[in-house]
Amino acid sequence: MSAQHNHAAHGHDDHHGHDDGPHSTFSGYMIGFFLSIILTAIPFAVVMGDVFENRTTTVVVIAFFAVVQIIVHMIYFLHMNGKVEGGWTLMSTIFTIVFVAVTLAGTLWVMYHMNTNMMPGHNHSPTVVNPQQPAGEGHTNH
Amino acid sequence: MSVATNVSHDPLLGRLTWNDIPMVHEPIVLWTFIAVVLGGLVVFAGITKFKLWGPLWKNWICSIDHKNIGIMYMILGLVMFLRGFADAIMMRGQQALAAGESMGYLPPHHYDQIFTAHGVIMIFFVAMPFVTGLMNYLVPLQIGARDVAFPFLNNFSFWMTTSGAVLVMASLFVGEFSTLGWLALSGLGEYHPGVGLDYYIWALQIAGVGTTLSGINLIVTIIKMRAPGMNLMKMPIFTWTSLCTNALIVASFPILTAVLVLMTLDRYVGTNFFTNELGGNPMLYVNLIWIWGHPEVYILILPAFGVFSEIVATFSRKRLFGYTSMVYATVCITILSWLVWLHHFFTMGSGASVNSFFGITTMIISIPTGAKIFNWLFTMYRGRIKFTVPMLWTVGFMLTFTIGGMTGVLLAVPPADFVLHNSLFLIAHFHNVIIGGVVFAVFAGINYWYPKAFGYRLDEFWGKASFWFWFVGFWVAFSPLYVLGLMGVTRRVNHYEDTSLQIWFIIAAFGAVLIALGIACFFIQLFVSYLKRDQLRDVTGDCWNGRTLEWATSSPPPQYNFAFTPAVHDSDAWWDMKKHGFKRKLDGFVEIHMPKNTGAGFVISMIALVFGFAMIWHMWWLAGLSFAGIVLASIIHTFNYKRDYYIPATQVAATEEERTQLLARHV
Amino acid sequence: MSNHNTLAGAPGALNRDYFLKEEPHVENGTALGFWLYLMSDCLIFAALFATYGALGRNYAGGAGGAELFDLSLVAINTALLLFSSITFGFAMLAKQKGSVKGTVVWLIITGLFGAGFLGVELYEFHHLIHVGAGPQSSAAMSAFFALVGTHGLHVTFGLVWLVVLLLQIGKHGLTRENNRRLMCLSMFWHFLDVVWIGVFSFVYLIGVL
Repeated sequence: MSAQHNHAAHGHDDHHGHDDGPHSTFSGYMIGFFLSIILTAIPFAVVMGDVFENRTTTVVVIAFFAVVQIIVHMIYFLHMNGKVEGGWTLMSTIFTIVFVAVTLAGTLWVMYHMNTNMMPGHNHSPTVVNPQQPAGEGHTNH
Repeated sequence: MSVATNVSHDPLLGRLTWNDIPMVHEPIVLWTFIAVVLGGLVVFAGITKFKLWGPLWKNWICSIDHKNIGIMYMILGLVMFLRGFADAIMMRGQQALAAGESMGYLPPHHYDQIFTAHGVIMIFFVAMPFVTGLMNYLVPLQIGARDVAFPFLNNFSFWMTTSGAVLVMASLFVGEFSTLGWLALSGLGEYHPGVGLDYYIWALQIAGVGTTLSGINLIVTIIKMRAPGMNLMKMPIFTWTSLCTNALIVASFPILTAVLVLMTLDRYVGTNFFTNELGGNPMLYVNLIWIWGHPEVYILILPAFGVFSEIVATFSRKRLFGYTSMVYATVCITILSWLVWLHHFFTMGSGASVNSFFGITTMIISIPTGAKIFNWLFTMYRGRIKFTVPMLWTVGFMLTFTIGGMTGVLLAVPPADFVLHNSLFLIAHFHNVIIGGVVFAVFAGINYWYPKAFGYRLDEFWGKASFWFWFVGFWVAFSPLYVLGLMGVTRRVNHYEDTSLQIWFIIAAFGAVLIALGIACFFIQLFVSYLKRDQLRDVTGDCWNGRTLEWATSSPPPQYNFAFTPAVHDSDAWWDMKKHGFKRKLDGFVEIHMPKNTGAGFVISMIALVFGFAMIWHMWWLAGLSFAGIVLASIIHTFNYKRDYYIPATQVAATEEERTQLLARHV
Repeated sequence: MSNHNTLAGAPGALNRDYFLKEEPHVENGTALGFWLYLMSDCLIFAALFATYGALGRNYAGGAGGAELFDLSLVAINTALLLFSSITFGFAMLAKQKGSVKGTVVWLIITGLFGAGFLGVELYEFHHLIHVGAGPQSSAAMSAFFALVGTHGLHVTFGLVWLVVLLLQIGKHGLTRENNRRLMCLSMFWHFLDVVWIGVFSFVYLIGVL
């Protein structure tokens, strides 16, 4: 009986690397750190130095570097890969990215249209059939 | 500003005054209060007389056993269901009476609270607990595990949900409830300064924490704790639907949390998210809350689909038809449910392009659901069907839900929705799918798994009576609403001028009475079954000749579920075991590692309840104190490292020996 | 998925045995569970970013991002948080070597960087409120304070957690349970840095354009 107890207790304790998560390395952290510095410095420099005239270009550049740096953090600091936790962290991350993208894109798209059609002062919708009836009466739901 | 200026503010009591106890001037509330107090006293007296406080605390309140927690969720759901249904009957009564000259018996302010409470309670404190309760009870058993991945969190989740429910109930007697519908769509910022909306906010936020944590818990359980050999495509279909449901919970509830926080900030701090000036946009609230709101209804229905899949297979004596397509359909529904939310506000004005997109996605999402219906039908085809009570509910579901789903596809067409939005047609549609889907599934599931949980079957006669009253009652109650909706009657009206409509409301009220009889039959069923439990006893643990692993245990299962972890070779694992002449192992028992009960979850949740109450009534000192209490209690809990123990092998052997005796007596 | 069983022998050794003779070693689910919690946190931030995206230009006639945001301060803050991430990494390396002292020292340094980050942020908030751009002043500022403030609250909770964990490591050492908690805090901390990348890019940098 007690032998079995020890065995069971030991069985729970003798897994080292397996339960303690992915293995970190000094070089991994250093690469991630220096990449992050560069990927932060460039967008800051682009904005503070007024590098591009075109605002859209600047926005795209900032967004690009943000995405890349997030990926760098995921790989080098959060040790994300397809093998950790049987691939489930990657799977759940992909799901989350999809849902986040839908939430962001969906909200921006919907709100842009709502603002165009429904906010006061924007009543130039081409779908108005009867010119006497203004298109947006502020029909919110109740 | 954010708070009405003529409300009292006492440093100790915040804005709570004697006037906020409504019983003094509202007889209905007064009599309810008296009934509740008397009932409560009876229960307290009973517990004291039978010396049950000790066992209640030790074995139930502190229990981290998923089976006990599952049962407690079901009890919570049932209790709240009575309150939610009382609200429904009151509404039907009011609408049946209040035509033309008559104003009915419920003043508008009270009526508004009733329809709001009805929706909030039914969704958050009836349907969610029921669904969570079933998943909690069944998933570990179905996958051959001993408990969920985080047993303490499980207990904590339950008590947080209960705290939210208590807040809603408290609003009946102290202050008032929200009058703004179950999603508080017009409750924006400073325009509704009373406590009602605050009760709503804090009840939902507190319960929401419980639900989100429960979602994480069950996902990790399903991913990590399946018995060896049970790969994903060999899981029971109910477990699959649970996995997808909890993924939806984890993804969508944070959005609700965030939106409610923004609304709270508007009310308490004076921010401008959803105000009409300083750049706020109320339409943003509608958009964000429905991004949560649509996945929410799929959270309710997917477990229901899982329940029916299990029942259909068992009582057709056939493997579920099209298991793979069922899984794919469930996953598709999970993903697609994120792409349809705007259909809840076609009329808010986003225009043709946006409306068309969401109209089309809404129609697409009906396709995987249709595939499921076909799979259930094909399972029944050429099966040897046994029309037990669960099977009756299943067939009733297939008829009712399909029609409800079709009205949904109708509503998905934006031009049609422009006529029908917020009409009684919409009300009829969603009750059609929620009652036909979720409620029927809960009753089916209760009848099906009750023997597993309690060791005796439920009385068949009263079960059938309950079903027929529900089924007929539902159609009598809601068909008139389809008619009224098509004629243009809107929702949430407590009085109408056109007396020619009254007959429809009267028929609907009669339907509600039939449903009430169905509910009465259900409670009689519980009572009669308890009295007849020895005749209805099941000693085999497998009274339906089931197919999945929960039927491999005794009824009720021992604390540790399985003396030996099952090894799985095929889907419908238990059926496979029986087919191959599996024999129970009678020796070689080992000690079993189990988590310890704890009161920490209950304590933290009760402090959270106090925090919610304090925030509602602006008792800032109490709010600060209780918030600190929550943090402190949680930190103290983390200093407890001794959270488990071992059931000695001798005890396991003794329990299993008892079962062996029981099985021998049956044969 | 993984088919672990504790019976020795070839895969066929199970051979229609329907039970395991020994207790299976169930993998600990804490890391995955905490990751899923972080995913849910992503969605809270998604809602807040969406709100900022929808309302972020509604300054109600008040000063806009270009006037209000001090990018050099944001750069300092970003550096502080990034440094705290790397020092947490060093703490994890020390933990891997089993060094309690090393872990504790690097954790304290991390905490100091984190506190510095919060200090700068509070200073910035104070300044904004002082010049009339507080959360009540407009929808844009409400959205700003909600988003950046929520991130700051998360950092605050992280610091509280860090202190508690330091006490627990001091008391019990680098036990398996404490290692698990360190791993969770590590994930939390790096995740906050990830969110900050979104904040400084989309709120501050784009906000001043």
